[in-house]
Amino acid sequence: MSSENIIELKNICRAFDGDFAVQDFNLEVKKGEFVTFLGPSGCGKSTTLRMIAGFDKPDSGEILLNGEDIVSTPPHLRPINMVFQRYALFPHMNVYENIAFGLKLKKMKKDDIDRHVAKVLEMVDLEGFETRSVATLSGGQQQRIAIARALVMEPQILLLDEPLGALDLKMRKEMQLELIDMHKKLGITFVYVTHDQEEALTMSDKIVVMNNGKIQQIGTPEDIYNEPVNAFVADFIGDSNIFNGIMTGKLKARFCGAEFTCVDDVPQGTAITAVVRPEDVIIGKPGEGIIDGVVTSVVFKGMHYEIAVASGKNEIEIQTVKSAAVGDRVSLSVDPDNIHIMIADMNTNLFPVDINKNHRPEFNGQALDVSLTKVIRGSHRNSEGVLVDAAGTVIDTDRIHVVGSINPEDITMSDNVEEGLVRGRITNLIYEGDKYRYVIHTDLGMDFVAADEYLWNMDDMVGLIMPVEKMSFKVKK
Amino acid sequence: MKKYSFSRKSLGIPYAIFLVLFVVLPLLVLLFYAFTDGTGRPTLDNLLGFFTDPNTIGTLVYSLAVAVVTTIVSLLLAYPIAYILARSHLKTKGVIVMIFVMPMWINFSLRITALKEILTLLEGNLANFQFLNAVIGMTYDFLPFMILPIFNTISKLDNSLVEAARDLGATNAKAFLKVILPLSMPGIISGVAMVFLPAMTNYVVLDMLYNSTYIMGSLIGSYFAAYNWHSGSMIALVLLALVCLFTIVSGDDGKEDRRGGALL
Repeated sequence: MSSENIIELKNICRAFDGDFAVQDFNLEVKKGEFVTFLGPSGCGKSTTLRMIAGFDKPDSGEILLNGEDIVSTPPHLRPINMVFQRYALFPHMNVYENIAFGLKLKKMKKDDIDRHVAKVLEMVDLEGFETRSVATLSGGQQQRIAIARALVMEPQILLLDEPLGALDLKMRKEMQLELIDMHKKLGITFVYVTHDQEEALTMSDKIVVMNNGKIQQIGTPEDIYNEPVNAFVADFIGDSNIFNGIMTGKLKARFCGAEFTCVDDVPQGTAITAVVRPEDVIIGKPGEGIIDGVVTSVVFKGMHYEIAVASGKNEIEIQTVKSAAVGDRVSLSVDPDNIHIMIADMNTNLFPVDINKNHRPEFNGQALDVSLTKVIRGSHRNSEGVLVDAAGTVIDTDRIHVVGSINPEDITMSDNVEEGLVRGRITNLIYEGDKYRYVIHTDLGMDFVAADEYLWNMDDMVGLIMPVEKMSFKVKK
Repeated sequence: MKKYSFSRKSLGIPYAIFLVLFVVLPLLVLLFYAFTDGTGRPTLDNLLGFFTDPNTIGTLVYSLAVAVVTTIVSLLLAYPIAYILARSHLKTKGVIVMIFVMPMWINFSLRITALKEILTLLEGNLANFQFLNAVIGMTYDFLPFMILPIFNTISKLDNSLVEAARDLGATNAKAFLKVILPLSMPGIISGVAMVFLPAMTNYVVLDMLYNSTYIMGSLIGSYFAAYNWHSGSMIALVLLALVCLFTIVSGDDGKEDRRGGALL
């Protein structure tokens, strides 16, 4: 254990009703660092923050503050303060009383309280707001008061739970810069929670990417962006082209229908996931590049054009400053440095679930025999039969993406290609001692991994039977 | 040609008629009787009578005592129940609230008669505990009106406010005193308003408990029974003025956040 770690989380697990919200969470935070927990909603980032604050207790694991376990310390005794998502300012107190709340509890003298309040109000640029009622403040001002109220306590760690989520874009950008500035000036450790990848990349010294209660990757913003460890991180951070493929030789990878040279040394025959950032794709004249394709859409985005190119069954997204016309034949290439190769996750299959007109989940045009309330976790139907989330807000099924997942062991392959939810051709097989692992390239263009104890042949057409009770679902906004 | 069109204003007509017939006119009649004598001449004797008649003043003091004690007892009983129900994660809390509210749906005379039987069983002679019985009867009758508004206010309280207080160094007790209690004031005020005045005037409860003590309601009733509408109206008017005073004073305090006043 290093003495400069202000807080350490060791093997934290927390489950709600048997579902893991946080699992095997290990993290060390150095004094003065700006750490961000990043992930989609429901990934466990807020739960983790609440455990650090003391509002929730881990089922197992330790939280060490300066080397001492604080799991059983109640929140009011922790030298940690929090800025809440919707500010949580006390509506029955004015600005001064809100900020002085904690100081009064510390039995500080009135003069000292006045001085401290004035100091933090100056820090957040709201001098002279002492007697204003909080209801008269704008969202941005309330946010500043919430920050001032936490900072006045001079915490060792400041926790921020999506503090900018309720602000408009311009205000958010401003507050981001101000928070960075405050962090630099004060030297307090910040632990920040957000689902906004841009915010995380802008502000943090260290990002913890989380999904399904597990840490996916910990690293600097540059690391996370340039060297994502898995497809989830690559997809979540920035825009990415993600392809499944296989290593065909030393520093040679085959994906997207062509062979590319890369710089990651992965053994031949390994199933891989290749990530190429849209800004790294080079557009050239037909025949010049590695794969040929046709431009299918061009969107002007202000700083650049977003161009989609179809090549065979793959679609490649490109960001470039040069425009192109829809229908242009182009050739694409990528610098070997800009291809990021990851060993494919062969343990689970992810697939998009559509919600059809009849409000039934379906995949590949076939209805799944499961109710929507099971698919969208935490949702239920209200008295009028409208789908709402736990807070009672109506869920617009057109605006959410549902991702289903199923383990390879739960997929059965069938000779009858019409059987099952989707059919495809076996493109890769790996013998694992007691069973074979197959990669099936489906008609939909995506690859599925299935495990089977029997030997099938390469290029066999099979139907994939996926029992709905073995699937699990996640909502992506 | 101008056609009569059905505007939004026309929707208000039935209510306007209702208001005039059942609120404004009766009030005017009340005012008329309060400030006239038996021959119909205007007079202030009724008002003077109210404040000089020792019988009236004594009843007023006694009713105030019953109402104050009833309100305090109801509040002390209702707040913890409302608090526990509103802040617990019980899945059945709706059912429990229902159980507390359900007596309101059982016929009033049946409830009070049952209470009378129980009290007789416990006390023997009801006449020995008149004040206590008045308070018990009123509290039993009006408790749900205290629980509901407080429950509503606390239910709507954002839990992150409590967490913010804890985070800023407050113990559970301090967080309750400095955040939950002040923020449940609108509900408490609603509840007090719903209990206090009925407890001063609802003499039917006392009658049914064979309670021979007099509260303001009994006094008005007896004046009207004796065809002295003028003094009876004056008492009703003074009580009305008291209600208005109470509402203005309490309204001042909770003007920012009256969401708890669900029943008012």
